[in-house]
Amino acid sequence: MTAALQSIRIALRSLRVNKLRSALTMLGIIIGVGAVITMVAVGAGAQARVAEQIQSLGSNLIIVLSGSVTSSGLRMGTGSQLTITEDDSAAIAREIPAVQVSAPMVRGNTQVVFGNLNWSTAIQGVTPDYFEARDWAVIDGRPISPEDNDGAGKVALVGQTTAFNLFGDADPLGQIIRIKKVPFTVVGLLDRKGQNSYGQDQDDIILIPMSSAKKKVLGKSNSNPRAVGSISIKIRPGEDMGEAENQIRELLRQRHRLQPYQDDDFWVRNLSEVLQTQEESSKVMTYLLAAIASVSLLVGGIGIMNIMLVSVTERTREIGLRMAVGARGRDILGQFLIEAVTLSLIGGLVGIAAGLGGAEALSYFAEWRTLVAPAAIALAFGFAAAVGVFFGFYPARKAARLDPIEALRYE
Amino acid sequence: MDSHAIIATEGLTKDYVLGPHVVHALRGVSVAIDPGEFVAVMGPSGSGKSTFMNLLGCLDTPTAGRYWLDGRDVAGFGRDELARMRNAKIGFVFQMFNLLPRTSALENVELPLLYSGLPARERRGRARERLAAVGLADRGHHHPSQLSGGQQQRVAIARSLVNEPSVILADEPTGNLDTRTSVEILALLQRLNRAGLTIVLVTHEPDIAAYAGRVLAFRDGRLLSDEQRGAPLDAATALAALPADEEALA
Ligand SMILES: Nc1ncnc2c1ncn2[C@@H]1O[C@H](COP(=O)(O)OP(=O)(O)OP(=O)(O)O)[C@@H](O)[C@H]1O
Ligand SMILES: [Mg+2]
Repeated sequence: MTAALQSIRIALRSLRVNKLRSALTMLGIIIGVGAVITMVAVGAGAQARVAEQIQSLGSNLIIVLSGSVTSSGLRMGTGSQLTITEDDSAAIAREIPAVQVSAPMVRGNTQVVFGNLNWSTAIQGVTPDYFEARDWAVIDGRPISPEDNDGAGKVALVGQTTAFNLFGDADPLGQIIRIKKVPFTVVGLLDRKGQNSYGQDQDDIILIPMSSAKKKVLGKSNSNPRAVGSISIKIRPGEDMGEAENQIRELLRQRHRLQPYQDDDFWVRNLSEVLQTQEESSKVMTYLLAAIASVSLLVGGIGIMNIMLVSVTERTREIGLRMAVGARGRDILGQFLIEAVTLSLIGGLVGIAAGLGGAEALSYFAEWRTLVAPAAIALAFGFAAAVGVFFGFYPARKAARLDPIEALRYE
Repeated sequence: MDSHAIIATEGLTKDYVLGPHVVHALRGVSVAIDPGEFVAVMGPSGSGKSTFMNLLGCLDTPTAGRYWLDGRDVAGFGRDELARMRNAKIGFVFQMFNLLPRTSALENVELPLLYSGLPARERRGRARERLAAVGLADRGHHHPSQLSGGQQQRVAIARSLVNEPSVILADEPTGNLDTRTSVEILALLQRLNRAGLTIVLVTHEPDIAAYAGRVLAFRDGRLLSDEQRGAPLDAATALAALPADEEALA
């Protein structure tokens, strides 16, 4: 133990003697470790974002949108021409056993007035099933009830962002807001959902009953008063999503009387699948970034080896003398190995600080989501130590194998 | 075989193979040195003096022959065992001083103790003691570059003493020093010798060998003569006779 401490002191002293050289050698490791930590933080941030989106989307969710897809995959006129209806939604819930719940929805953007405050936000007309379909909890007050929907009740639920912008810190429950001049009473506050995969704030929203939305706020489609913009369908746990998707598509084609040669006039999307693919690719990206950053760590290691070889040559006489007064090969090996590892560990520590700073700077200036995992820090530090041992070993062994007589005579 | 001898060799031989050539640096040297002797080794350049000293110092292994150091046959020892012997039994003094640069005198003296597993406190104390014994108690924190040649060699002697070795081996310790400083170093060595320390010293100069009690003369790798001197010169007396010099005992 004391011998190890002694070796560390000897190592530190010889590093101090050549301050600039030691610092430059460390720089290689600092950049390497810093790059690994920053890059992994960027990758992990992207992964976390996707994972959160999957969470906020609700699990086992299939969305049906109005609009058509050409055979080439081009999507036409979404929403402009509403082709799916509340009855389609009811049929899906009724006829496909794998479906747990099916919730139609209409959506629009409009001004909301509270007192003398004006706020432009998304308005969605939904049915009571919507909350279950989207796994969206009401944290205060109550959701939309079947009575609200049947009677076109003038009640509203507000998202977190909207609530804050309209009411600040005041309790939103019981407040009266005007949507298109129609007064609505706030009866519930929605749980926070965060951003969706397009970067939209999902909490900037007001939910009102579907019937109220059609009659009083967004208006009805002239051609089809039962039309809706989209249907959110929750599939029962354990059911095959792909199979359910096919059944929904078949059912809708039947109901819309589409001939085999006609394209779908709707759009079915298994969004969690899309996000899972994104999650996979962000994982691959993390590995790739880490691999690229590791290359710079490797280059740093080669720098250490280079400097240690120079140092062994320069200090040949010192090595000879140490051997003459009783140092064994392993003492010399240990001394130079500790020197190399000290370089790489100090470089590693500074590199961790640099990496944390880099990740912080990226999320601050570039507004990238970054996530520094303690495991990534431990890994980078361990990797730096390993680099020190690996690249320090050859020079140290070279020193340990010197012949004391020749080393003493070395000029 | 003299059982009292601190150093005993029998047919000590060292060959160096240089490609097709074999250099016979030492061709069978048998000698015994008793504890407390002050031995000078002389001979022309290339006669094998340094080769002999390297073998005595356990820095090298002989091609043939035997070597007992303090009663132990070390001829067949491995690298690690030789290192241990050097650490425990031998103190080296070199012509080039061989002090670590940018390292204080005290730490230089301490160096051999780093490899004998002594606790730090005790190391420091012993190093200080030895530095005082060579008259440099107040120079402990000076680096070699801040010391004169004579002072540096005295630090080196303190270093060679710190492990309480059986023998001091000095290969031309005064080769890089002027006459007066050389005599000072010899006075120091004589003082240590009279206190019981065994010293083997290589020199080219008969003037220096005159301070030793016994002179071994080498030629072509062989021991030419082994001469006991009844009354060697006293370095302290000689020093008093030399013209005074301000730098002398700095
Ligand atoms: N490592 C070596 N390889 C080959 N030959 C060597 C080696 N070391 C010494 N020799 C040879 O061995 C012989 C004895 O050398 P040594 O150094 O012992 O002489 P020396 O008496 O110390 O001479 P000097 O007074 O010049 O120091 C010389 O011929 C030398 O060239
Ligand atoms: Mg020589």
